[in-house]
Amino acid sequence: MSKLIFEKHSLNNASWLPKLEELEAVILKRIPKKYLRKSEPAFPSLSELDVVRHFTNLSRKNFSIDTNFYPLGSCTMKYNPKSLDSIASSTSYTQIHPYQDEEDVQGALKILHEMQFFLSDITGMDEFTLQPAAGAHGEFCGLLIAGAYHRSKKQKKTKVLIPDSAHGTNPASAALCGYEVVQVLTNGRGHVDLKDLKSKLDDSVVCLMMTNPNTLGLFEEEILEIAQCVHGAGGLLYYDGANMNALVGICRPGDMGFDIVHLNLHKTFAVPHGSGGPGSGPVGVKKNLIQFLPAPRILKEKDRYFFEKSAPHSIGKLRSFYGNFGAIIRSYAYIKALGTEGLKGISENAILNANYLKMKLKDIFEVPYNDFCMHEFVLSASSQKKRGVKALDIAKRLLDHGVYAPTIYFPLIVEEAMMVEPTETESKETLDEFVNILRRIDEEIDKDPQKVLNAPHTTPVGRIDEVLAARQPNLRFKPPQG
Amino acid sequence: MIETSKLRYTQTHEWVSLTGKIATVGITDHAQKEISDVVFVELPKVGQSLKQKENAMVIESVKAAFDIYAPVSGKVLKANDKLKDRPEFINQSPYEKGWLFQMECTDPKDVDSLLTESDYHQVKESAGHH
Amino acid sequence: MQYISNTEKDKQEMLSAIGVSSFESLIANIPKRLRDFELKIPVGISELELDRELDETGNRNKNFKYYIPYIGAGNYDHFIPAVVDRLALRGEFITSYTPYQGEASQGTLQSMYEYQSLVCELTAMDYSNASMYDGASSLAEAALLALRFGERKKILMPETVHPEYQAVVRTYLSYVGSEIVRIPMKNGALDMDHLKKSLDQNVAAVIVQHPNFFGILEETQEISDLAHRAGAMLIACVNPISLGILQAPGEYGADIAVGEGQPLGNSVSFGGPHFGFFTVKEALLRKIPGRIAGMTVDKVGRRSFVLTLQAREQHIRREKATSNICTNQALCALKGAIYLTLLGKIGIKKLALLNLSNAHRTYERLLKIKGVKPFSDRPFFNEFAVRIDKDRDALKVSLKQHRILGPLDLGKFYPTLDSSYLFAVTEKRTDQDLDQLIRAVDR
Repeated sequence: MSKLIFEKHSLNNASWLPKLEELEAVILKRIPKKYLRKSEPAFPSLSELDVVRHFTNLSRKNFSIDTNFYPLGSCTMKYNPKSLDSIASSTSYTQIHPYQDEEDVQGALKILHEMQFFLSDITGMDEFTLQPAAGAHGEFCGLLIAGAYHRSKKQKKTKVLIPDSAHGTNPASAALCGYEVVQVLTNGRGHVDLKDLKSKLDDSVVCLMMTNPNTLGLFEEEILEIAQCVHGAGGLLYYDGANMNALVGICRPGDMGFDIVHLNLHKTFAVPHGSGGPGSGPVGVKKNLIQFLPAPRILKEKDRYFFEKSAPHSIGKLRSFYGNFGAIIRSYAYIKALGTEGLKGISENAILNANYLKMKLKDIFEVPYNDFCMHEFVLSASSQKKRGVKALDIAKRLLDHGVYAPTIYFPLIVEEAMMVEPTETESKETLDEFVNILRRIDEEIDKDPQKVLNAPHTTPVGRIDEVLAARQPNLRFKPPQG
Repeated sequence: MIETSKLRYTQTHEWVSLTGKIATVGITDHAQKEISDVVFVELPKVGQSLKQKENAMVIESVKAAFDIYAPVSGKVLKANDKLKDRPEFINQSPYEKGWLFQMECTDPKDVDSLLTESDYHQVKESAGHH
Repeated sequence: MQYISNTEKDKQEMLSAIGVSSFESLIANIPKRLRDFELKIPVGISELELDRELDETGNRNKNFKYYIPYIGAGNYDHFIPAVVDRLALRGEFITSYTPYQGEASQGTLQSMYEYQSLVCELTAMDYSNASMYDGASSLAEAALLALRFGERKKILMPETVHPEYQAVVRTYLSYVGSEIVRIPMKNGALDMDHLKKSLDQNVAAVIVQHPNFFGILEETQEISDLAHRAGAMLIACVNPISLGILQAPGEYGADIAVGEGQPLGNSVSFGGPHFGFFTVKEALLRKIPGRIAGMTVDKVGRRSFVLTLQAREQHIRREKATSNICTNQALCALKGAIYLTLLGKIGIKKLALLNLSNAHRTYERLLKIKGVKPFSDRPFFNEFAVRIDKDRDALKVSLKQHRILGPLDLGKFYPTLDSSYLFAVTEKRTDQDLDQLIRAVDR
């Protein structure tokens, strides 16, 4: 059984801390007793060796990009270059305080300012804020900006249009702003249904939130017309940048007519996923929206970088300080390292890898959309379902082969959906091996179905009882009574 | 055994059992199958006033949350507190142990708009659930 | 530089297998006018050149290795033992994905469960989530929770809460049909008379930061009792290191306890990434935002960990979710968990005592300098404000000459307090540092 830190016991006297120069009793005299803690926290007691062994062994139970292929659609699990970690860990960048005088942190301000420019250039927007901590935070930011814009024009807008195939953060973010969410239908090819869009556009629409390519990995060919319709109705067009890996260097959301863009640095721009964060969700806007950006903006005059002193129309602040600097600097270094050709190479290789994989998997799975895809594509395990095995089972069996499963059951418009995104950093060899593994699993469905239905077998634990976890939540260790 | 033919139904898969003005509400067997294992219920507050079709409470499964709507207008009289510890009653016994809440129906006309069992069969044939 | 794995030969083979002669055929459906642009970003460089350039840029920052920070105000220079980064930066943690597939992420999920447990013990609260973006947004989410919980619409916000946190709460509450009522300060803490007058039947929650922005201890027990008597919630925003000796929010009845987790194992890093912790009493469990890991079993009965209570979250409830948060700050929280484990029960107390002792000795020596006067007579932890009646520019020059970073000029946030300064003193400040500071101020 995997023991918790609370269930192991060895010496811990925190000898890594310096000695106290005064007696505890003397120190405590400085604070009246009523402010002091009544009960001690029931912390574990583990020696440094045991701490190292505990967490090292935990890490070895994880799949990770460094150890496994992750063809997870919509997540862009590309290689996270180690040079970025090294740069971000430098004392020059970790041991600086956000409230130091501007002249003492010109290096940090330069990075933030140049990063704003890099992202604007890549997306065709006019200026970026680096404050939001993640994509969803960026969406919230973008929607607040949209709202501020409409209010400045004395227009009351209440609705946000979101395609029915959108990621869940979109409607959740809209609700945070007090907007009513109206779903726009997507057609059989996952594209925004222009007719339905036109019928729902009126003067109460704040914006249309969408992504391009869409969640099926297909480029929204009618995007220019969509932009025209939305603008014509007085609304703004919002770009969810989760799929930006398909477009880098090839085309730009700003040129398509998007007014607000958010990016996920932990997807397209190589910031590690960190088992669930930290990420960064910068937001870019067109000129007319710059005044609403969160404060403070970082400006430059001659060779000096500084914070904007006053921003009366800004939406305010979304978090303390300036953003996830440690994540931002990684993406900054990544963009500098890649340069223009390297950036173009991202989408070129991502699209090539995806189309190659799709073509090779056609023999095994149903491919609902046969056009060339962009950086990701969707398969359907519907014929496997008829033979008794579902997408979920295939996903679990893949784990036994050391491959993290593709995204399953999203988008909802495809039955037994499996969304695959290889990214540009994988080799043809890895892709061919992935195809072989899927072929073997497909054969197993007829030869030895239990192997698939009861998978995974080789991971530290098998299928988990999620129902029990939700019915009887056990969310923390409670020390035994007495 | 409950006689499902004596119950009335809604488009959104709730069943209603009427005794005079008192309406007992639950979800149908079809609905509990769609939801699959119920892990948690957020019951309505006793004394709360609800309009017909207004959101009354939420049923959660591992992967989804489902809104349950008041089949008639009125006041909530009782809620099935046993479901707090035993949410699985909804799956095991959707018409008996898995009842959700009881209302006092304030507008008798609401009852006329409810579906009969055969009407409800038609609803089941077409689209999925809410 | 590129991170591609395909050779030119691979690419050609792939194109033929797909059945096209060039890459352009794959994107022929993109309108021509969208392809017509040039990136202005310069050409790529090698890792060697990248290192050199970022080193040069970094040299334009004055960092703590060569300068002495006496500045805090939400981010603190604490010592981080080597083990923390060694473990957290392992590829299996840092390049792992969000643990949606439990079987492939037991390492992450168990460490999340352990983090949640540690934070609950530290704060004496019932439940914790697996982290939020930072202290400020955690506080904002706490206010949202209180507003959603019932029908009341007012949030009482003391002036002694970190001004940036106040700003973030305002932004988050922009459209929620609520009112933020300001409680002014008195003698460096929130004005209790004003609090009593403002507590009515429409107050959803009272916020208190403890220690507050000025490092001063608030009357948390009394504030808690007053809030509850009026039927309002208490939201406590606390410094995790202080909880080694200070009363924990669960002990004085906080309904929600949040705060900035940066002091726990995360470097200052110019303000981020860090993490916000978010804890609640049992009654609010189902309303908690963000991800939570739970313990359960697998189908053969082995202990397992899994993301649970997901039905509250964005990917399921969508517009009815408890929050829109998806990616959180998992790796930062992991560092926090490792750090707390290395501290243990003895360490967290010892660390708090070191901070308290250093700060008070610094305060006492500063007060001996002519022109330095107390800001308040209330007790404080490891941060304090003093008035310094000296020429501001001259003081600034002197501090710079002595390689001191900070203190924070309070006039930055409170225009009437522009000759007062906020000093933070952690366990890292030595006697030599203190001598240097005294020399700088006593010019």
